[in-house]
Amino acid sequence: MRRLSAIDKRLVSYAVGFISSVILTVIAYALVTHDDIVRTLTAPGIALIIAALASLQLIVQLLFFMHISEEQRPRWKLLTFIFCFIILGVIVFGSLWIMFDLNDRMMMSPDEMIKYMNKQTGI
Amino acid sequence: MNLLEIILGKLSIDALPHESVTLGAGIGMTLGLLGLIGFVTYKKRWTWLWKEWFTSLDPKKIGTMYLIVGGLMMLRGFADVIMMRLQQALAVGDSTGLFPADTFQQVFSAHGTIMIFFVAMGLMFGIINLVIPLQIGARDVAFPFLNSVSFWLFVAGMVLINMPMVLGEFSAAGWLAYPPLSELEFSPGVGVDYWIWCLQIAGIGSLLSGVNFLVTIIKMRAPGMRLMKMPIFSWSVLVTMVMVIFAFPILTVTLTLLYLDRTMGMHFFTADGGGNMMMYVNLIWAWGHPEVYILVLPAFGIFSEVVATFSRKRLFGYVSMVWALFAIAFFSFIVWLHHFFTMGAGAGVNAFFGIMTMIIGIPTGVKIFNWLFTMFRGRIAFTSPMIWFMGFVFLFTLGGMTGVMLAVPGIDYQVHNSLFLVAHFHTMIISGVVFGFFAGITYWFPKIFGFTLHDGWGKIAAWLWSVGFVLAFGPLFVLGLMGATRRLNHYDESTGWQTLFIVAGVGAAIIGLGVLAQLIQIFVSVKARHARRDTTGDPWNGRTLEWSTVSPAPHYNYAVIPTVSERDPFWEAKQRPSAAAKHPLYTDFTMPKNTGVGVIIGALSIAVGFGAVWHIWWLAIAATLAIIITLIIRLSDDETEYTITAAEIEQLEIQHSHKEHHA
Amino acid sequence: MSTTVATINDKTNLGFWVYLMTDCILFGSLFATYIVLHKNTFGGPAGGELFDMPAILVETLILLTSSFTCGLGMLAIRRQKRSQALFWFGFTFALGVAFLVMELSEFNALIAEGNSWQRSGFLSAFYTLVGTHGLHITIGLLWMLVMGWQLLRKGFKDSVIRRFSLLSMFWHFLDIIWIFIFTFVYLMGDLQL
Repeated sequence: MRRLSAIDKRLVSYAVGFISSVILTVIAYALVTHDDIVRTLTAPGIALIIAALASLQLIVQLLFFMHISEEQRPRWKLLTFIFCFIILGVIVFGSLWIMFDLNDRMMMSPDEMIKYMNKQTGI
Repeated sequence: MNLLEIILGKLSIDALPHESVTLGAGIGMTLGLLGLIGFVTYKKRWTWLWKEWFTSLDPKKIGTMYLIVGGLMMLRGFADVIMMRLQQALAVGDSTGLFPADTFQQVFSAHGTIMIFFVAMGLMFGIINLVIPLQIGARDVAFPFLNSVSFWLFVAGMVLINMPMVLGEFSAAGWLAYPPLSELEFSPGVGVDYWIWCLQIAGIGSLLSGVNFLVTIIKMRAPGMRLMKMPIFSWSVLVTMVMVIFAFPILTVTLTLLYLDRTMGMHFFTADGGGNMMMYVNLIWAWGHPEVYILVLPAFGIFSEVVATFSRKRLFGYVSMVWALFAIAFFSFIVWLHHFFTMGAGAGVNAFFGIMTMIIGIPTGVKIFNWLFTMFRGRIAFTSPMIWFMGFVFLFTLGGMTGVMLAVPGIDYQVHNSLFLVAHFHTMIISGVVFGFFAGITYWFPKIFGFTLHDGWGKIAAWLWSVGFVLAFGPLFVLGLMGATRRLNHYDESTGWQTLFIVAGVGAAIIGLGVLAQLIQIFVSVKARHARRDTTGDPWNGRTLEWSTVSPAPHYNYAVIPTVSERDPFWEAKQRPSAAAKHPLYTDFTMPKNTGVGVIIGALSIAVGFGAVWHIWWLAIAATLAIIITLIIRLSDDETEYTITAAEIEQLEIQHSHKEHHA
Repeated sequence: MSTTVATINDKTNLGFWVYLMTDCILFGSLFATYIVLHKNTFGGPAGGELFDMPAILVETLILLTSSFTCGLGMLAIRRQKRSQALFWFGFTFALGVAFLVMELSEFNALIAEGNSWQRSGFLSAFYTLVGTHGLHITIGLLWMLVMGWQLLRKGFKDSVIRRFSLLSMFWHFLDIIWIFIFTFVYLMGDLQL
């Protein structure tokens, strides 16, 4: 009896995960493809929202499809995932910080460069 | 495209070497290889090699093979050193030295690539294979078949990096192949493609080993060996494997993107088409910086074992050693921009990464002090591993200080890509990684091979390497501050640099004598191996589990998996006079069967790489499919293990103890 | 003979998870590259002008559904119901093929207009990021075929159950990656960010 309900719990888990993910996906899509919403909330605003929706869906799928919370102690999978997440943040955001800074400074046209260097030397 | 082009890709008779130095090297290597093959055939040892070594899944065998390949590649990397030192000592003013510019560029590119990827990584994984299962009280690694695949992928990479000596050319773009030089426009030949593929294949091998040893240490420690009771070498390997896992995928991506630029006309790093070559530098160092810490942390772990054992004292500050490992590993992922301070980022970016870089010195310093405090009031045995350690402490600390200097962007703007930089990183890698690995190989040699290495020759080697190192790289620090840039194949007489380059050449020659001393050490020790036999399994009065087995350790490591309750378990057990030795309780256990699939995958990988380099697409595709099919066949095999029964184990154990008593 | 939910070889399960973490870093590097290069259109069209959003939504929902049916397939494996397992994994396979077909036709349409990976840094990054995901999907589909065959030949051996577990981890992982491609490539592209 107990074994069967473990599997049924899984079924509920998959169903909940699926439906939540569909909802999150459709909301994000609707926000982006409806021009009047984009005008009201502005593109960067929507960007923030859909990024949050994506993160939410990540958590939903980790919990309900990958069953990450069911891991017994010691929770090695959770630990490696957290480390991965941190390193990913460092690499992606670090790279973006570096590259956009470099782009600003190094990818100017000759005229822009002259103006920039004049500004730096106080001319 | 005619049929011949489809079959042969870019291969033609022009691919054979036509420059004299490369031709000489290629002929030499081919003759050497043929000689080796002839010798093995003459001695009728092919079956033995195949059954006992190539197809073995025993990490001790695999580790030994890693060491042999790494050692051979060190000789090739050292030959590159001799060529570079000769060139730079002679090519002043009117003289153009011994080598044409293009050859010189391939030499320094090969030197760096070989030393990092095939010597350092090879020796590292060799030592890890030999020691980790024994030290954690396990019989094998988590995924023995994967271990074999990793090794043979490493060999495939090694074959591909040696092939340019006979077919084609090697990269002339340095050991990291920055675009736009490495793009098709400025490197139209096959050199950069060889570089890409030998690293891609060997890199995948390393990544798989990272997964393998991470799971091994997490899941296969002896009962009772909680993480905070684990030997520090095992800790250093655990942390290193985490770094491998997170760093190597970046390399895989970066190499792929460069290859796509070169082969499919993409524009990731091209000068035109919307490419951004700075992104390559960013990505390659996001991998490259963790990589150098990947190399050095196991060396630190080795020193922790060596210093404690030969000071006959518990390692000082175990907990802070573990935290230092975490700190170094974490920080190593947030400093990579210090390799390109001068690429043009703003002060905010440069300052952040400069400060992070300086912070790494702190946990490293903690480790150095802990080793010194371990030695304090210890009863020190000045064996050759300890001489390597002393050379390390002195040189690494000084070199580390130059690192803190380089971490200041203002200073770095002056000395970036000068010989000052070259001297800095060689100091760290040679005194840290290389000395560490030499100490470790000497230390664990008797456990694996059953006899000790000659200590006298080891000490001579350590002294020659240390003195030679100071003479070879001291001048380079000075030259860098005098304005000498790296990778110069010629310079003007008015610079006044020649004397220092000559001194550096002398230093390299002394290191060469050190290498000779090591070769003599091996020869002498092997000749005297019966007299030098380790009869107790514990030649150094060791502290950790691996010393509790006989030497050489049996293929199953432990007849009975030990139970552990404290740090330095073997040492503690020796201090307690044991009750009458109980008859051990043997049980059946399974061991993996030998398999040739790893060798096959390695061979097929060579074909994939070769096809990718020479644009022989049918070969690359066919070999890739063959690899997939081979894997599917192997994974469908259910009979990959065999059982050793309790009775068989008992017999083997009796045999081993007989050998011990009759030594 | 039913198996409990946790009849998985510990080592292999953890090992495969660790491999998936390396794949995360791989995709992360590709994402970073895409974000750095996505404005480098070299005079050509940007994402917003190229993406067929309704088709992308359909693709996304197809892949999401396949992740769900994969989960149902795993439940059947745990219950050791062979036909059920084959049905759900077969359904997953079909959805995966549909996804791939749609993606390849998207690529085809772009290339036909002259917007291949050679056109600009942006397009190089786009094809490589989305294409790498598609390559992983292809490998997953191949794996599904092999597992289906193994199930038919060997039944519910421990190794078969274990490998289905790894396969489903892989498939869920690929859908998670797609969430980010959908969001940061297609949706952000449509917002012209």
